[in-house]
Amino acid sequence: MTDVPVIDARVVKRFVPEGGSEAFELNVHLRAGRGITVLLGANGAGKTQMLNSLAGFLRPDEGRILVNDQLFFDGETGVHLSPQQRECGYIFQDHALFPHMTIRENLRFAAGARGDRARRRNGRKRINDLLETFELADLAARRPQQLSGGQKQRAAIARALIGNPRLLLLDEPARGLDARLRQGFYRVLQKTRERLDVPVVLVTHDVEECFELADTVCFMEAGRFLQSGPKEQVFARPRSAEIARSLGLYDIFPAEIVELDPARNTSKLKVFDRAIQGPYLPGHLIGDRGNICVRSSDVRVLPPNAPIAQNQIELRVMSRAPSSHGVRLTLEHDITGVVAGTDYERLRGFATLYVELPQSGINFLDNTAGAATE
Amino acid sequence: MPAPGSLDWFPLWLSLRVASIATILVLVIGTGAAYLLSHKTFRGKELLDSLITLPLVLPPTVLGYYLLIVIGRASPLGRIYENVFGAPLVFTWKAAVIAAFLHSAPIYTKAARAVLESVDYRYEWAAHSLGASEWRTFWRVTLPLARRGLSSLAMLSFARSLGDFGVTIMVAGNIPGRTQTLSVAIYDAVESGNGRTARTLVLVVSAVSIALLSCAGYFSRVSRASTAG
Repeated sequence: MTDVPVIDARVVKRFVPEGGSEAFELNVHLRAGRGITVLLGANGAGKTQMLNSLAGFLRPDEGRILVNDQLFFDGETGVHLSPQQRECGYIFQDHALFPHMTIRENLRFAAGARGDRARRRNGRKRINDLLETFELADLAARRPQQLSGGQKQRAAIARALIGNPRLLLLDEPARGLDARLRQGFYRVLQKTRERLDVPVVLVTHDVEECFELADTVCFMEAGRFLQSGPKEQVFARPRSAEIARSLGLYDIFPAEIVELDPARNTSKLKVFDRAIQGPYLPGHLIGDRGNICVRSSDVRVLPPNAPIAQNQIELRVMSRAPSSHGVRLTLEHDITGVVAGTDYERLRGFATLYVELPQSGINFLDNTAGAATE
Repeated sequence: MPAPGSLDWFPLWLSLRVASIATILVLVIGTGAAYLLSHKTFRGKELLDSLITLPLVLPPTVLGYYLLIVIGRASPLGRIYENVFGAPLVFTWKAAVIAAFLHSAPIYTKAARAVLESVDYRYEWAAHSLGASEWRTFWRVTLPLARRGLSSLAMLSFARSLGDFGVTIMVAGNIPGRTQTLSVAIYDAVESGNGRTARTLVLVVSAVSIALLSCAGYFSRVSRASTAG
């Protein structure tokens, strides 16, 4: 899916400190194919600035933005297309539906905005189609203030799609929606992508949302991409312990490689003075120190009286707290395990527990790899 | 000259006409300048801003004197006007319009700039992204969203135009039945000991001003309520 990049954007933008904000440099190279690209990161990582650079609201200091072989921006030749020329559909955080117009008028404004007559003539049918598609037909005469969050969301997407945008850009679109509306919105977005084949760039700080929607993930921090690639790859193999920690989905153990066996495709690692079997780790040497990271959901928590098997580590229980999936156990060395409520009964009352790491799920991270980007 | 005993209402009508035309000019020119100041970055922006503020700080007589130099019969502008229209501009009611304009435009422009800046830029960005030109965005998005704020300013502007004295008397003079506006007529009445005329005109001006103020207050309340929602 990502063989030919539809978006190839290198953006450098320096922000001078003003009014309490610190100096900040956005410096990223985004390559994305069709499908949904998610810019994931905490607040202040520069995600929205990147989106604004793509849309043409922000002029980068350096770089080059190519979308579908059309040059949007080139720092060297001074090309900088206006937002109008870029034809991006932009969904703002609070939707930015015009409050003085009804929903139909909002769509009509969008249909007539490019001022080309043929498009305007076809406008009415297209407006009706989109109102129908996004289940807004009954709400067309209402003002945005009279709609719920989910309805506004759909209206904003419908409005953005009227002009057949080359890109659909969404800034924290699911913020403020409850879980049910979120699911509804995800469905709408998936449907949009399938029907229209428009590349989507979505900004979020929500790992779950990223997991649900992304084809490509770019993990951002302090104006840079720490890691980007297909979602499966990024989530299966975070490039550094820092990324793994930020994603918050992993348990991270300090480890040292003591054996590597390419023939049997295995390795042996020393974790908290215990030997752990892992998969063969190409590109690493015996004696390398670093961390292993394992998806928290892959870590099994066992009572101390369970039959002894390999890859088990004994850890003291620090605290327990209820979580949406059952009980979250925090063990020493900041290891967490989530167990279902029914399984928890077997673990109740023990001061130490065993965690079992699945051999295939072990991902070794060099201490040095954290520094590498792109 | 009106018959003794009856009140001459000419100054009221003249003032209303002068203030109306001046307000229209302020709306067009002032809103344009406010848009430039609020939405554009260009060289000389600070200079333009100072130039707009200048009439606020200069004494009216000084402003009037400058105006006489710029549009007087000896000035190039004055001569061009005289050639085109066949009569001088100074000491006519049209000069009073210019005086009233200068009296209210600076305040209007400064406040309108704040109103236009308070329109959430995301609406304008959204319009641009949808392909709407800047012109279309201004007319269909920015202006409607700023409408109430600007209306209330326009009313204040009208009230202020109604009340100019200093510049008016410098460039339009005090010609009863031709250039004598309300403020000038009141001054004239007081000077000539015509207490009844002075009192009546003062009450009229006060009533009109209070009415306009309360309208403006209503509009700005509605405007605040609608942007807060």
